[in-house]
Amino acid sequence: MSKTATIIRREFLSRVRKKSFVVMTILGPLLMAAIVIVPVLVAQLTDSEYSVAIVDDSGLFAQDFPDRDNVYFTPLDTGIDNAISLMHDGRFDAVLHIPEIAFQSPSSLRLFSEKSVNFNAKLLIENILKLEFESMKLSSAGIDEEVLRSIDTPVNIQAIRIADDGEQMTDYPEISMGLGFVGGFMIYIFIFLFGSQVLRGVLEEKTSRIVEIIVSSVKPFQLMMGKIIGVGLVGLTQFLMWVFLTLAIVGGFQAAAPEMFRFTPDEQVFISGGQVLNPEELQAQKESIQQHDTLAGELLEGLASINIPVMVLSFIFFFLGGYLLYGALFAAIGSAVDNEADTQQFMLPVTIPLLLALIMTQMVISNPQGPVAMWLSMIPFTSPVIMMARIPFGVSYAELALSALLLIAGFVATTWIAAKIYRTGILMYGKKVDYKELWKWIKHS
Amino acid sequence: MGTLLEAGNISKTYRNHRALNQVSVHIPAQSIFGLLGPNGAGKTTLIRIINQIIGADEGTILFDNEPLKPAHVFRIGYLPEERGLYKKMEVGEQSIYLARLKGLNRHDARKLLTGWFEKFDLLPWWGKKVEELSKGMQQKVQFIITVLHKPRLLIFDEPFSGFDPINVNLLKQEILKLREEGSTIIFSTHNMGSVEELCDHIALINKAEVVLEGNVREVRKNHSTRLYEAELEDIHTPVEQVLDGRFQLAGTEKHHGTTTFRIRIPEQATPNELLQSLFTCGQLTSFKELTPSMNDIFIKQVTGAYPVKNRQITNSFTQAGQQ
Repeated sequence: MSKTATIIRREFLSRVRKKSFVVMTILGPLLMAAIVIVPVLVAQLTDSEYSVAIVDDSGLFAQDFPDRDNVYFTPLDTGIDNAISLMHDGRFDAVLHIPEIAFQSPSSLRLFSEKSVNFNAKLLIENILKLEFESMKLSSAGIDEEVLRSIDTPVNIQAIRIADDGEQMTDYPEISMGLGFVGGFMIYIFIFLFGSQVLRGVLEEKTSRIVEIIVSSVKPFQLMMGKIIGVGLVGLTQFLMWVFLTLAIVGGFQAAAPEMFRFTPDEQVFISGGQVLNPEELQAQKESIQQHDTLAGELLEGLASINIPVMVLSFIFFFLGGYLLYGALFAAIGSAVDNEADTQQFMLPVTIPLLLALIMTQMVISNPQGPVAMWLSMIPFTSPVIMMARIPFGVSYAELALSALLLIAGFVATTWIAAKIYRTGILMYGKKVDYKELWKWIKHS
Repeated sequence: MGTLLEAGNISKTYRNHRALNQVSVHIPAQSIFGLLGPNGAGKTTLIRIINQIIGADEGTILFDNEPLKPAHVFRIGYLPEERGLYKKMEVGEQSIYLARLKGLNRHDARKLLTGWFEKFDLLPWWGKKVEELSKGMQQKVQFIITVLHKPRLLIFDEPFSGFDPINVNLLKQEILKLREEGSTIIFSTHNMGSVEELCDHIALINKAEVVLEGNVREVRKNHSTRLYEAELEDIHTPVEQVLDGRFQLAGTEKHHGTTTFRIRIPEQATPNELLQSLFTCGQLTSFKELTPSMNDIFIKQVTGAYPVKNRQITNSFTQAGQQ
């Protein structure tokens, strides 16, 4: 095994065995899985029954409230005072009072409850009454509600992307934007996280003075590359572990409780005047739901439209490329200073392009084919983040190849410069280094 | 005895100062070679060049009669002055790692390390993290790592710093044993006592140049001030009388019936002649040459004058001359 491989092995193992790595590797997927699972669990937990008594003095609406979403309605014939005392006895959670003048003056409506009122129930009641009032007003104005309903046409344009080879794909810009942002952000986080690990590693070797022992056995360049590659592999391992563990946890939950994840589209509750839609209408509505009207359906279809292998491979390539480019610079900074506090002055110019890329991601995902996006995805310092943001929208292979090539050239260049700084820096103690000094190291070594 | 390492006209210039100027040293095989010099003289630069950590601007280095090449690092062991270890890494694992960088395989490294750890009472610390070890123990580990791969050339830069006297002794024994076993040792230090004790040859570097090089005994002989110290009892004839102007009396000191004389012997005379004269004065109890110590030679070479202690002798000589 070559010496660089020995170094890579140590750098990798010493980090992977750390408690913090194990904790992060387990916590990360748990956190990500939690983002998916917890809302589902919470939704189920909060679904306790809520009973509402209806005192309808107008006598018009009492029958218009179907039980729904664990909210149960009970029309009462008694007066409001009696209903409230029943509520105090614990028979109901809330009492809805519809006075005679409710239709003319909706603000006279009251919902009484002992505790703070259930927000969902309130929303439900408001929606039902709103529709009822509207439909009453329509009929009093002589407009046939059926006609009006037939006018209400949902419009949802299907965006179609036509590839060069004529293949047509439905386009989902919202999904692409989400994925683009997440991809760019992940690259940013990973470069920063593992780049600063390189910096700290180099600094540790320098301050502990082990570096002189090691460079009497290996070339400084081997030591630097060994560290950069070793830490990079740690990053890659962590990323892959996160992906697999997240899939495993979410998959496990889905297998254990599949009904939790079955998507049940909202039924159209606002059935006028308690009328049920005729079967044909109902069928038409259901079909439209299944096709593309619902968020979940769109999400699934949208995800399917993304070229996942290209996404994953690009992520790995642009993460590694960006990491190598910045990792070399981080290593150079670590070698040039004597302690962590001194790193600040050199960190800024390294951080700025990375931060700029992250900020520009917002702009890029709203105009992924514009000139700004195009240029930023070519410049090696910003391309890893920006390219990841653009890929979900579709980037031509020619552009991808050019960007990749430039990135490779970029990290070869930064590594070359960093090696010069590193070689001088690691053996230099007690000297306050500034940019002028660094430039001399690059020029003279 | 052949030459293991020969550096010829090595020059190295950093941006604003010359660290080494036409430095040549010959390091005989199987010897201990003292590399001396004040701070900033260029010793560390020379050592780093030999270790191929940095390159020389000019000059050649022959290692075992071959031009120095990267593969030679496996045959060199280097203990730097400023040395450390990975604090969070386990001692044994770290030693194996550093040994592997020197070209040993895992199995051999473990076997050799176990032997050395046993000898240095470090075995119970094998699985501990370095930060749990005392400074002395860390130094021992570093020493072991340096010598583990049985290098032809060992370079120790201030090896005794941070050791207690017992461990200094242990280390000295090991260094002498390594020489017996065939290693050549470059020994860089400011501790002149250990130079006299251990070194066969020295080179003194000052202001980027070699100002003195050679066998320790010869160096000291060359720096002889031809000053001798004689102790006499029961003096019946005044010493001044027998010296008769042939020898110069540099000082006298009386102590409990014993008189100590410091006498300088001129170039044309010998100690034997002085002794014969002294026999006639009384009972001679002691006679020895006052050779300058390496410490004195070092200071003389660097500052141009002997240190205060020896200046007393020269002073007493001047006083004697005035009498």
